[in-house]
Amino acid sequence: MSSFRATALGITWRTLHNFLGNPALLLPSLVFPLFFFTAFAGGLSTVSHVPGFDFRSGYTAFQFVFVLIQSAAFGGVFTGFGIARDFETGLGRRFMLAARHRSAIVAGYALAAAGRWLFTALVLTVVALVAGMQIDGGGVDLFGLYGLALIMNLAAALWAAGVALRIRSIQGGPLMQIPVFLVLFMAPVYLPLHLLTGWIHVVASVNPATALLAAGRGFISGQPADVALAFLAAAGLALLFSIWARGGMRRAERAG
Amino acid sequence: MRTLRQPAQIVPALIFPMFLLAVNSSGLQRATDLPHFPTRSYLTFALAIPFMQGALFSVMNTGTDLARDIETGFLNRLSLTPLTGSALLSGLLGGAVVLGIVQAAVYLTVGLIAGASFAAGVPGVLVIVALAMLMAVGFGCIGLFLALRTGSGEAVQGMFPVFFVFLFLSSMSLPRNLIQTDWFREVATYNPVSYLIEAIRSLLIKGWDGQALALGFGLAAAITVVGMLAASRALRTRMVRT
Repeated sequence: MSSFRATALGITWRTLHNFLGNPALLLPSLVFPLFFFTAFAGGLSTVSHVPGFDFRSGYTAFQFVFVLIQSAAFGGVFTGFGIARDFETGLGRRFMLAARHRSAIVAGYALAAAGRWLFTALVLTVVALVAGMQIDGGGVDLFGLYGLALIMNLAAALWAAGVALRIRSIQGGPLMQIPVFLVLFMAPVYLPLHLLTGWIHVVASVNPATALLAAGRGFISGQPADVALAFLAAAGLALLFSIWARGGMRRAERAG
Repeated sequence: MRTLRQPAQIVPALIFPMFLLAVNSSGLQRATDLPHFPTRSYLTFALAIPFMQGALFSVMNTGTDLARDIETGFLNRLSLTPLTGSALLSGLLGGAVVLGIVQAAVYLTVGLIAGASFAAGVPGVLVIVALAMLMAVGFGCIGLFLALRTGSGEAVQGMFPVFFVFLFLSSMSLPRNLIQTDWFREVATYNPVSYLIEAIRSLLIKGWDGQALALGFGLAAAITVVGMLAASRALRTRMVRT
């Protein structure tokens, strides 16, 4: 067990060290969520005057939840890019030769994904508060919001790890991020579900990301909703993608 | 020919804007309920955005192609031939023009099938295609300038988020008079991208709006002239270095 922990923590430290020391990795992780937050919360705030929009904490908080969950998901995906790069350069193969428990390699990357997202979440939260975001939820609610985003981060990291371990090349990048992008944007991004019309309403109604956003927005407004469904969806995705990542590791082992 | 031979350049420039159009036009349809919103169809309102996104892809495509020529040494070999700089730049921009026409045709067809309205009719469609071509050339010139200055495809690709900032901080999602946040409205007012989008939007929603068209075409022409001058100068410097 101590060997598992040592391997996982070693990979976590290395990945976080690279992330924090390389502006090319650090800046996009910070800039993109801030940019989406600015564009959506600033440019679309008038949308809160649409008849039927009844989110009590205001449009800034409404969009903050989306951007927070999006940053969590993409924090996981970006870690998948790192896995692919490590395997492309041969480092991943050396990890596999050295590690007694190969699942610890994936665990290390997943921990690093959580670490890098927590850094992004901290910056994003500070900026949102400075911008005047209203929080009506209590401490437990906020714990629920960040906990939900963290599980989403884990699920996305495991998804990206599964792709990266199968393709073992950075060329698999679009395959890691496009499905995540599609799932997130086919949810109620700009307006609550009940105000969506047409095909997007149909798709959003069955999209698991909708439950995550509804629960997250419920937490920040102090009116929790769909909490069990959201945690079940997030945990289900994490479990499903852990099997997917495990399969990827086996594929990488077979490839030698 | 090089542009047409690279589906990886053409497909994202067509698919990505169409996906965002589909998501945004459905997701924000209820925004048309806002007082003073200029149309009842958010699809018609949003149909102008893909043209701008297509122009941004033009930056990436022309810039990346030229940067690859620099990286592989092909430009060095070209510099030994009697080829003039203007011919080289024009040739590279030819691909951008073709892609601009293909993009405009696809965006307009998809918009028509999805139910968007064209207030200015068929002549308006032709004006939209003309503006889309001018925008593709103008932004293509910026791509060429970036490639010549940096000599790196990665650096050109790295500029994509910067251009996306210009798109998002414009009147892309709402008319400027309906943007509630003061600083955002101010930025959108000074952002030339707003006027390019509004020129196309005017033909879709209002019909013929001379002021919007003059601003759109004027800015597109200005971007083209400035971009071409900058690219020509950068090419001269690059050739001297070669």
